[in-house]
Amino acid sequence: MSALTRDEVRRIADLAHLALSEEELARFTPQLSAILEMAATLARLDTSGIEPTTQALALPTERDDNERQPLPRASALAAAPDAALEAGLFKVPRVL
Amino acid sequence: MKPIPSSHPSARQIADDIRTGHRSATEVCEAALADIASANPRLNAFVTVTADSARAAAARIDSDRARGAGLDRPLLGVPVAVKDNLCTAGIRTTAASRILADYVPPYSATVLTRLEQAGAVLVGKTNLDEFSMGSSTEHSAHGAARNPWDEARTPGGSSGGSAAAVAGGMVPVALGSDTGGSIRQPAAFCGLVGLKPTYGRVSRYGLIAFASSLDQVGPMTRTCADAALLLEAIAGHDPHDATSAQVPVPPLREALGRGVAGLRIGVPRALLAEGVDAGILHGFEIALQRWTEAGATLVDIALPHTAYAVPVYYLIATAEASSNLSRYDGVRYGYRAPLTREQGLRDAYALSRAQGFGDEVKRRIMLGTYVLSHGYYDAYYLKAQQVRTLLRRDYEAAFGVCDAVAMPTTPSPAYRLGEKTGSPLQMYLEDIFTVSANLTGLPAISAPAGLTPEGLPVGIQLMGRMFDEATLLAAAQVLED
Repeated sequence: MSALTRDEVRRIADLAHLALSEEELARFTPQLSAILEMAATLARLDTSGIEPTTQALALPTERDDNERQPLPRASALAAAPDAALEAGLFKVPRVL
Repeated sequence: MKPIPSSHPSARQIADDIRTGHRSATEVCEAALADIASANPRLNAFVTVTADSARAAAARIDSDRARGAGLDRPLLGVPVAVKDNLCTAGIRTTAASRILADYVPPYSATVLTRLEQAGAVLVGKTNLDEFSMGSSTEHSAHGAARNPWDEARTPGGSSGGSAAAVAGGMVPVALGSDTGGSIRQPAAFCGLVGLKPTYGRVSRYGLIAFASSLDQVGPMTRTCADAALLLEAIAGHDPHDATSAQVPVPPLREALGRGVAGLRIGVPRALLAEGVDAGILHGFEIALQRWTEAGATLVDIALPHTAYAVPVYYLIATAEASSNLSRYDGVRYGYRAPLTREQGLRDAYALSRAQGFGDEVKRRIMLGTYVLSHGYYDAYYLKAQQVRTLLRRDYEAAFGVCDAVAMPTTPSPAYRLGEKTGSPLQMYLEDIFTVSANLTGLPAISAPAGLTPEGLPVGIQLMGRMFDEATLLAAAQVLED
């Protein structure tokens, strides 16, 4: 169940938005398979009826619902690879 | 072999010296900058040195002092280094990734603001494994950091730069972050004290996220007293972090010197039966002996699910990482790949991420994406979260019969650079003793406990009850000379 094929790794890379080279796919396929093989040892444990733990701390966390100053628009845009500063917008490559 | 000159004062001593006028903050700052200039080319601990802002901060402390102001600040004029995954307003913050090579954050992490309020002077940002993913600081866009005890070896990771900066005598104290051992393992490899606080004890606001249910920021120091000083400065509720706990921080410095009389220390003997270096085991036995001589009682405990902790950790941490790192899309900040006329937005995402991330980060994003994908979620991710519950129950049972759990921090001492980079799985298996504290949220400290026969530091780990860092600091202090 745990050995991955190169095509499966190609599909995962696509889901993760990673344009991997054939060389990377060849290298990662056995490495990821070995890690999943280790993970498959969990199947030995009977966990039926066991609640999953999603976080270590189950304290109720609340915060005051106050209006606050957001990050200034110019600061938010300052680190963008491409931005229309005067319009206050991020710029992306063409979508269509 | 010991890399730190014994004349180097502790953070507490430095603050006292500046308070009493024995030294100025400017003198202390210049000495740290000189130490960095001489040692950093060999150790590659710092990726950014903030000399100008450090000098300005030190000068402000000196002029405040001349007016008698701000003298009660606990870290008055103490030079500190912080891991380069903590955001610093106006100062480049890279997470050791090409994808953030030129990133300058518009705000600072809460821990930075608190350190500065406590009087500390930031002298630089330290090297790490990219996005904290690794155990050797070899997976860094800035090149590997080196261990001051033996420069052919790794300082550990992912907070290896902070460890090398302190062990190399460049700063008295530093901050690291710990998702599966990233403070404790480098502290062990470099002969330092490293404390991963209870989950929720320290704000994660401004910490570049790796795995949000596991990440914590904590101190890396030469002494337990300095660890207490630093943790007190950064701990406590922060409205900017919804997972930071509304639990009061006790005066940790008062726990120092309390000793271990009457303390019950649990020892999971079965975990040590195989795969642990003889020198590490010897150091561990000596530490146990020192604790019993100081009045502690040893209790046999079983932690039967620890054998599964590494796979549980790598499934949960990578799942969270794949989600957290989806923000690096080359739109709002970070690297964007150059495109041809035919390429569009989807290519920009996939090429920017492929060119911007290193191998280990790609592997973990891939693994996390896979275990969260349709058809595999129940078998891997849900299963791991259920075993996380079993692991937590092991510790609940243990803390019914003991007050702290002791084991070595690592199965082996610092290994050679390049020794384990060929097999990611082999490197993951080294995390066997550290990942449980993150999965359960429990606090854990690594304290130095002598040297192996080849002269490398041994680290002993103690885990405590939720929010009981005080017991860990008091018990670890018993192992100090």
